[in-house]
Amino acid sequence: MKTVFERPHALCDVPFTYCPGCTHGITHRLVAEALDELGIEGTTIGVAPVGCSVLAYEFFACDMIQAAHGRAPAVATAIKRVNPANTVFTYQGDGDLASIGMAETVHAASRGDNITVIFVNNAIYGMTGGQMAPTSLAKQVTQTSPYGRDVSSDGFPIRVCEMLATLDGVALAQRVSMDTPRNVRAAKKAIKKAFEYQIEGVGYTIIEVVSTCPTNWGLAPTDAMEWLRENMLPHYPLGVYRDVKAEGFADVAEAALARDAEPECDPCTEPIEASEPPFEDAPGEVGSQAGDV
Amino acid sequence: MAEKILMKGNEALAESAIRAGCRCFFGYPITPQTEVAAYMAKRMAKEGGTYLQAESEIAAINMVYGAAAAGARAMTSSSSPGISLKGEGISYMAGADLPGVIVNIQRGGPGLGGIQPSQSDYWQATRATGHGDFHLIVLAPSTVQEMADDVFEAFDLADTYRTPVMILADGMLGQMMEPVVLPERKTEFPEKPWALTGHKNQRPHNIVNSLHLKPEDLERFSVERFERYETIKANEQRAETFLVDDAEIVLVAFGACARIARSAVNKAREAGINVGLIRPITLWPFPTDAIEASLGTACAVLTVEMNMGQMVDDVRLAVNGRVPVEFFGRAGGIIPTPAEVLANIEALAERCSAAKTGGDAR
Ligand SMILES: Cc1ncc(C[n+]2csc(CCOP(=O)(O)OP(=O)(O)O)c2C)c(N)n1
Ligand code: SF4
Repeated sequence: MKTVFERPHALCDVPFTYCPGCTHGITHRLVAEALDELGIEGTTIGVAPVGCSVLAYEFFACDMIQAAHGRAPAVATAIKRVNPANTVFTYQGDGDLASIGMAETVHAASRGDNITVIFVNNAIYGMTGGQMAPTSLAKQVTQTSPYGRDVSSDGFPIRVCEMLATLDGVALAQRVSMDTPRNVRAAKKAIKKAFEYQIEGVGYTIIEVVSTCPTNWGLAPTDAMEWLRENMLPHYPLGVYRDVKAEGFADVAEAALARDAEPECDPCTEPIEASEPPFEDAPGEVGSQAGDV
Repeated sequence: MAEKILMKGNEALAESAIRAGCRCFFGYPITPQTEVAAYMAKRMAKEGGTYLQAESEIAAINMVYGAAAAGARAMTSSSSPGISLKGEGISYMAGADLPGVIVNIQRGGPGLGGIQPSQSDYWQATRATGHGDFHLIVLAPSTVQEMADDVFEAFDLADTYRTPVMILADGMLGQMMEPVVLPERKTEFPEKPWALTGHKNQRPHNIVNSLHLKPEDLERFSVERFERYETIKANEQRAETFLVDDAEIVLVAFGACARIARSAVNKAREAGINVGLIRPITLWPFPTDAIEASLGTACAVLTVEMNMGQMVDDVRLAVNGRVPVEFFGRAGGIIPTPAEVLANIEALAERCSAAKTGGDAR
């Protein structure tokens, strides 16, 4: 008999801890399929976050580490630098990546750390029971925005791919979704591409997966998919926000040099007044402690 | 014989760490430790290692967590406010049984405090560098030579016991220059079969983790860790003793403060007072045994610290009520003078002799 469908080798044979209809499960499967197809399970190190996917270290069959809330990029940065031959990925939720771990996220991306980030955006904190995330939509009701997210006090939902795409260190920033078979197939391709870029040393890659949280959205799984399409996709449009290879560059360094050469907007038409040259005053002796707190 | 050279404490420490096989350094600038980072930035690339200026102390310690998990000898250094931020990562390292070295070149606190030397992070280092049930091995150098020696040894201690190790120094030791003989390069390192290197389909996958959702599991790991701490207590207590055999008054002081206490001891001896000094080298495990052993002829114990009185708690536990324990300290980044310490010794000596002639000093 011919096997046409089986568990990816890179997934352990243990039940997931995710709620029924949660797309964390599909996303895990896609990551594992990519590891299988690229034959890199044995050389990959995954970083599990804090959030519903905290137990990812029990699901992926590669070497795994569990990181403090939001710090996965810093952990991944170090692992990659200790052993550049390993493929290193983080798997993070929106609270983990865009709230507590925003600094770590932005700086790993800006350093062009050659790691792959799988970013699951479900617009809510899942694990802690449905509080507002930095990605929660305007007017979205959550446990900590009971009257709906009020952007005048809670701020606006953050579009991570768009923001990171402005950073020179980013090789690939793409937003995908799990709402239709077609989109799932596209997500799979994107995830695999991100790993391929890492193997080629192109730079930091992030795949944002627009995902559901039927449990905390208080919706049946099918209705959650519908809610995702109607509410999330307009604010988080799917697409490629940066792809330096598609732009014809070998890696982020080459692409950054080209960006500098051709400014994206017209230079300011106002003449810039000549001012004092910077650093006229000695910046202080090396080792000086004066005023340095 | 290896050559004696003149070096700044922070730089001797950095060079010695490299010789101990440290190949990953993650830092963030803060006075008075910045020379450690600057030195590493200059040297690490040439050593084929990684120097990275992290975006924050939080990121830096989490990088140490990652690098240690991947099997590298990794270090971070900071000063007091930065160490507070590292608390999270230190707790995770302890929870995941990862070796690594954390250097605290202390300045005065709390808050932004000041930038002058202090020992006010003693409680933090020995009690609660982060949340949870755990200890660090804490070493307290008192000379530039020991800045080099202690950090060199710290990496071995960390690997042997799979625990983070802290070097608790202060701005005075970091900034001062003294002759130092640097250790020979270490060439052999322990195997780390638990490290994350990719299983290459040849072993089960390794997991580095501090999460144990079942309370029974978490307790079991904690109990195991504390059994290891008992071994550390039995094997690694270190202290230097100076003139304690016939001492009526025993001083206890660590780090830079011990140097001042020693000057005061010498002056007091010249004045005919029998004084000795115990200098704890390991602050955790605290050298309780050495303190107990020094109480033979003692009438009182005096701790001298650059804080409002922190180590004195551990000294009281060690002395266990056998003789009175007094404290003298200066805070805020002020270094006590030998004359001030001597004055405290003289006052105690008077009380001791009054007690001898007049009855009980307790
Ligand atoms: C320092 C710290 N703060 C808070 C928490 C509690 N916490 C656990 S999961 C979580 C939110 C995770 O949400 P998200 O990253 O969106 O992932 P999801 O659960 O939705 O998959 C929080 C705040 C923690 N573990 N550590
Ligand atoms: S709480 Fe939400 S995000 Fe978490 S597993 Fe359940 S559905 Fe998924």
